Amino acid sequence: MLRAAWRALSSIRTQAVTQAPVLGLPGGGCAKLLSVQRDLPSRPGGLILRAARGYATQKPVQPSHEDDPLPSMLLKDYQDIPGIEKVDDVVKKILSLEMANQKEKLKIKKEQLMKKVVENPKDTGSLEARILNDIISTMFNRKFMEELFKPQELYSKKALRTVYDRLAHASIMRLNQASMDKDVLLVTFNHLDAIKGFIQDSPTILHQVDETFQQLTETYGGLSAGEFQLIRQTLLIFFQDLHIRVSIFLKDKVQNSSGRFVLPVSGPLPWGTKVPGLIRTFNHKGEEVRKAEFKHGGSYVAAPKEGSFELYGDRVLKLGTNMYSVNRPVETHMSGASENLAAQTQESIAPNPLAKEELNLLARLIGGMEIKKPSGPEPGFRLNLFTTDEEEEQAALTRPEELSYEVINIQATQDQQTNEELARIMGEFEILDQPRRSASKGDDLLAMMDEL
Amino acid sequence: MFRRERSIPLRGSAAALCNNLSVLQLPVRNLTHFGVVHGPSAQLLSAAPEGVPLAQRQLQAKEGAGVSPPLITQVHWCVLPFRVLLVLTSHRGIQMYESDGSVMVYWHALDAGDASLVQAVFARGIAASGHFICVGMWSGRVLVFDIPAKGPNIVLSEELAGHQTPVTDIATEPAQGQDCVADVVTADDSGLLCVWRSGPKFKLLTRIPGFGVPCPSVQLWQGTIAAGYGNGQVRLYEASTGTLHVQIDAHARAICALDLAPEVGKLLSAAEDTFVHIWKLSRSPEGGYIEVEHCHGECVPDTQVCGARFCDPSGSSFAVTGYDLAEILRFSSILSPVQQRKGRPNWPTCYKQRRIQSPTAHRSSPLPTRSCCQHTVSHW
Repeated sequence: MLRAAWRALSSIRTQAVTQAPVLGLPGGGCAKLLSVQRDLPSRPGGLILRAARGYATQKPVQPSHEDDPLPSMLLKDYQDIPGIEKVDDVVKKILSLEMANQKEKLKIKKEQLMKKVVENPKDTGSLEARILNDIISTMFNRKFMEELFKPQELYSKKALRTVYDRLAHASIMRLNQASMDKDVLLVTFNHLDAIKGFIQDSPTILHQVDETFQQLTETYGGLSAGEFQLIRQTLLIFFQDLHIRVSIFLKDKVQNSSGRFVLPVSGPLPWGTKVPGLIRTFNHKGEEVRKAEFKHGGSYVAAPKEGSFELYGDRVLKLGTNMYSVNRPVETHMSGASENLAAQTQESIAPNPLAKEELNLLARLIGGMEIKKPSGPEPGFRLNLFTTDEEEEQAALTRPEELSYEVINIQATQDQQTNEELARIMGEFEILDQPRRSASKGDDLLAMMDEL
Repeated sequence: MFRRERSIPLRGSAAALCNNLSVLQLPVRNLTHFGVVHGPSAQLLSAAPEGVPLAQRQLQAKEGAGVSPPLITQVHWCVLPFRVLLVLTSHRGIQMYESDGSVMVYWHALDAGDASLVQAVFARGIAASGHFICVGMWSGRVLVFDIPAKGPNIVLSEELAGHQTPVTDIATEPAQGQDCVADVVTADDSGLLCVWRSGPKFKLLTRIPGFGVPCPSVQLWQGTIAAGYGNGQVRLYEASTGTLHVQIDAHARAICALDLAPEVGKLLSAAEDTFVHIWKLSRSPEGGYIEVEHCHGECVPDTQVCGARFCDPSGSSFAVTGYDLAEILRFSSILSPVQQRKGRPNWPTCYKQRRIQSPTAHRSSPLPTRSCCQHTVSHW
């Protein structure tokens, strides 16, 4: 949802008057799939497109550079490594936005925007909050909701992916934890409560959300537990075989690195389930004859009370609440827009330990560098600053001949440098005044090392 | 007591259904067949005792009227007196194949006539009783098919009306030979259990109400019904009267599968709380009441278990499937079957085969090595 907002914003920046391909995904493709199954008068994708378009034409916003991130800020990947502040100034400069390309700057800007939106839910005047309001009002549009509530079969992955790309909620992936089946309804109510929190000041939108709420209760409140089980099983078929890792889940230890969700063996039980461990035997008259206990291996506690299905009430269940809310014990480092099903796997936190390793290596190299002439094909240590070997070879080919360089054999294990030697090298390691805009970071570093 | 054995890899992961594992034990041929539902297809594979996969086959749900591809709800082997049939139930109908899945012998399309627009139409719940195969439906009806000893001439013999909500599971037991013996139990989404006596005309003996909690899995052993419920309880009832004898608060989430090892009276229960428990059922010597003892609990970490079955008749090994897991997990008892059983030891099949094949070689060769199987055999 917020990613859609970001896309809308960024498209506004590039063109003063928006054309059709605003949201990137072809609305035509979505419509085709949906209209084959039912004669839908309205297309969910189309509605959002229209809202964004309408918004854009009303207020042409010029791209502003005042709130650009400071050039001394570190790159996103390196921001939350412990001890990063203590690293040498030189290294900090290398890793800062000064050297980085436009993409990195955008990443940081995106993150700041997200923070602003979430931190100030009351600030309905700001640009970001207005976008949120518009999107929510479109989402809960009456006609759309009516269509959604018509009983229909599960859409194919492609169709649903199109819809979800705009209506994203991080906690839908916790579906396989929802156990006692009414929990699924409570999770949905939690979502709606969170949305209501975003749009508190706008009564029309609030009314729309309330209407949806009532429709939900009408349709799903009367279902039996068995029917909920069927709904849940059908929804899980949709999520089957998708092993997309979402960074906020990985951070919260809800998902492990293989993509599987962590199922805890302790915690509160769903309403209506007793704590396991008891065997009760009865005789044919119905009287209890024996009571025995067995060890069941988990540590569960009974639920304190039943969750409320009313318009306003204590849901008791924690699933479905806003994972991005500020007052969480985890450091609020939001990795990009709210992750949805189309989230790329590059957004996993794997780069962070890698970044740490890179830093360590760099520190070691600066400490124990020895430059000598290439003396034959020593195996040594080959530093590859590109992602693949092919890229390195390609870069080597495209390098202009005048920038010839010697092969620097780095022996990181030997530490024979004296302090004077070290100081000399550090002195030579100076930063150029204008950072060159090159295609890849690697070129910059290589070029800098040439100057040694 | 149980150790984890080598897993059998699957081509597609298991779907989040109940009773999503079927095992056909063929001790004579030293093979075990496994059947798992993936979604729109079902996977069959056969494995050697050590878990080495041998052959593999995928069956698709037959398309019928409808827009989206049909989903399979259950796959189950039905062991009849003269043949073994593989039955597949889906959102379109019932397919019956020969036991290796090679040839479809029967197709029954579901009639969605009186289903309202909001109801899902499907078949679910498969069991064999004598020469009948019973299959449950979304409407609560149970279809009874009469299966001939050979050939595709399968006939729908009866439609049982006992349930109002979709059927979840059916359990059967070979008739004990007396009259008035219950040998078929059907369970549904409201938790209601119906107890029947099979025959040319099925007769409803008792009903056991469920109070709204669905009963996804049910088993029948020596006149005792073992039913697993959506609130994690396992209840044992007397089949003929319907009285509750034992109530076990067994799991923290809904139970998804129950299985029995009838020779030893072992019950296996698996639930979405990642636990699998094994219980020993016995009759008390005084009153003949059923008693339950907990044998073993196994935790399958971070796995939403969706199917569990015993892999051999003595209950010394079992297999488990989990939602979105592309393998069948196997566990086997550390104690050898010779040590487990009291009385005359039952020589394991592999040993018997070796004896038949080369009687002279037996005397000169050393003990069967561990690599053959995990059975230890004492040398005569």
